[in-house]
Amino acid sequence: MSAQSERALRDAVTVYVPRDAAALSMGADAVAREIAGEADRRGLSVKIVRNGSRGLLWLETLVEVALPEGRVAYGPVTKGDVVGLFDAGFLEGKDHALAHGLTEEIPYLKGQERLTFQNCGIIDPLSVADYQSHGGFVGLERALSMAPADICAEVTDSGLRGRGGAGFPTGIKWKTVLDAQGPLKFICCNADEGDSGTFADRMIMEGDPFRLIEGMTIAALAVEATEGYVYIRSEYPHAVATMREAVRLAEAEGWLGKGIHGSKRDFHLEIRMGAGAYICGEETSMLESLEGRRGQVRAKPPLPALEGFFGKPTVVNNVLSLCSVPVVLSKGAAYYRDFGVGRSRGTQPFQLAGNIRHGGIVEKAFGITLHDLLYDFGGGTASGRPVRAVQSGGPLGAYLPASLFDTPKDYEAFAAREAMVGHGGIVVFDDTVDMAAQARFAMEFCAAESCGKCTPCRVGSQRGVEVIDRIRAGIEPAANLALLEDLCTVLADGSLCAMGGLTPMPVRSALKHFPEDFGPSAITTEAAE
Amino acid sequence: MADRAPWSEDRARSILSEFQDIRGALLPMLHGLQEEFGCIDDPAIPLLADALNLSQAEVHGVVSFYEDFRKTRPGRHVLKVCRAEACQSMGAEALLAHAKSHLSVDRGETTADGAFTLETVFCLGNCALSPAVLIDEDLFGRVSPDRLDALLADYREGVPA
Ligand SMILES: Cc1cc2nc3c(=O)[nH]c(=O)nc-3n(C[C@H](O)[C@H](O)[C@H](O)COP(=O)(O)O)c2cc1C
Ligand code: SF4
Ligand code: FES
Repeated sequence: MSAQSERALRDAVTVYVPRDAAALSMGADAVAREIAGEADRRGLSVKIVRNGSRGLLWLETLVEVALPEGRVAYGPVTKGDVVGLFDAGFLEGKDHALAHGLTEEIPYLKGQERLTFQNCGIIDPLSVADYQSHGGFVGLERALSMAPADICAEVTDSGLRGRGGAGFPTGIKWKTVLDAQGPLKFICCNADEGDSGTFADRMIMEGDPFRLIEGMTIAALAVEATEGYVYIRSEYPHAVATMREAVRLAEAEGWLGKGIHGSKRDFHLEIRMGAGAYICGEETSMLESLEGRRGQVRAKPPLPALEGFFGKPTVVNNVLSLCSVPVVLSKGAAYYRDFGVGRSRGTQPFQLAGNIRHGGIVEKAFGITLHDLLYDFGGGTASGRPVRAVQSGGPLGAYLPASLFDTPKDYEAFAAREAMVGHGGIVVFDDTVDMAAQARFAMEFCAAESCGKCTPCRVGSQRGVEVIDRIRAGIEPAANLALLEDLCTVLADGSLCAMGGLTPMPVRSALKHFPEDFGPSAITTEAAE
Repeated sequence: MADRAPWSEDRARSILSEFQDIRGALLPMLHGLQEEFGCIDDPAIPLLADALNLSQAEVHGVVSFYEDFRKTRPGRHVLKVCRAEACQSMGAEALLAHAKSHLSVDRGETTADGAFTLETVFCLGNCALSPAVLIDEDLFGRVSPDRLDALLADYREGVPA
């Protein structure tokens, strides 16, 4: 490089244009190309960093300019806005119709408590140096100096519960695997993220992949595992590519592989891809799939912790559970536990989705109400119409009406209202929604995605679709409503896993809270209860 | 998307050999084959069974379990329209209906000119920017029927946006 071009690069203004798939879906690549081209035409020197997303998804493509006072945000930027931004002087942080001032001061972001997502959108996701300069690998370095049982205890003390849906205490799971004897143990990360309305796993894999690698490596040290697998759904090609590249970089810099960071511990990590089956998010089905079989659910016991991947002791954890671990180790269990309420400790990256004005990631301590998420952060619906229903916790989660929006996000408070926090997804519907159609879809989804092992799930759900069709057509509604209720009971009681077992949740909640959508007999049936 | 190679046993064997030594190699092998050939050709089944010491029925059972694996080559581009709940709340069903009529195909079918295969999917992880579609490996958000038409025109001409 010539002395002149070196100087130009040093004086270059750093501009951030996300590489997150959601940003790409709104044209981020074209924006980045246009900024580079326009800078060239004007003889200006800019350095473009492709960061993850800040999670303010309605502002994508969110372009940031690094200035001495902080990063200044512009969005949503399209290719066609770029010349105007240059004309306005955005490289000096000047005003423009799309300007939002300092990114950190945007209320949506300022009001959050970002622990898991602390680096997402800030760093270059594929720079180990950037990760380390933002506190990366500090937790792992500490774990390397600890006894495995002490790492498990630290995670148990933090109160961290699994973020994949079931909410099982992570440290206790790890201790079970540690205590299981055997020379070969595995860490399998569940990145199947099939729930509609969820994208936090995807965003952190694309925006801060070394955090997942660090969390998995800490888990490996805690249970004495030597191999790990990340099972990523095939609908996430960008996350797969980013994780593969991150594993390669981490190996090259000694953070993975033989002798992690100069220690005597080895940990090998592989990225694997699913193949379009929702049920493969269920942990035993995921293990079957990883082993190269049909994704059929296994009966439990044995627990995967004792007999998991190829029958060996295995930790199965969600991406967000594992990504919460580095902060627990670097800042201590008490720091993490101080966030949250009741038995729901720490923070959860909630995901505002569907018909919502300000969709994106809102990481908050447990205890925030649905109302505050929907209105203070979400700004109501995208359509401008009233919110009628919210589905919380994915396709197996309940539909909730406005009268329940005061429910705090807390595993137990949601369970008390026959609902679930799940993976933190919140899907919003306005008043044009037909809740009988949503109930039908829940049954259709179950029929389409059932692994086929249990008759109620495989056949009962198909019957459910037909029965709801008859109710909607006004054919013997009272008898068919009774039949639907029977089907729900059979599904709930006769299913091996939560796919069949929880499909009644969205169906029954739709019936209970929105009976008017099922015709006159549904209203009287519900009122009589 | 790249042109799909016609079946070649040599090429298939060399793809399988890349994964021969890993644990649980069947899915990686299937993905590898589909990336090369666009589908899982019938003659691949005995090769897979042989490589992994499985019966052909077992291999077939796995291929048929997963939505991703096709038995026939798709069109030059694959359009996947999301029809999960978040996208439903923003008009996914109408978008799907539009795609069907615009392309004159049903789900799973390929257009007469071989340009597009239409598929549906449950969630693409773009649920804050619904409705979402995936064209090959490119994700799009806030896809109105008009935007879909424009995108399809771009891909048809081979100049992705
Ligand atoms: C039908 C079904 C789908 C599931 N999908 C996912 C998923 O996509 N991601 C996930 O992490 N957990 C999913 N789970 C939960 C897993 O079975 C398991 O509890 C979880 O991966 C454990 O990790 P955690 O303790 O860190 O949450 C699913 C469960 C069921 C029954
Ligand atoms: S409930 Fe459904 S998905 Fe779960 S094991 Fe039974 S058939 Fe399979
Ligand atoms: S529901 Fe369509 S992208 Fe998630």
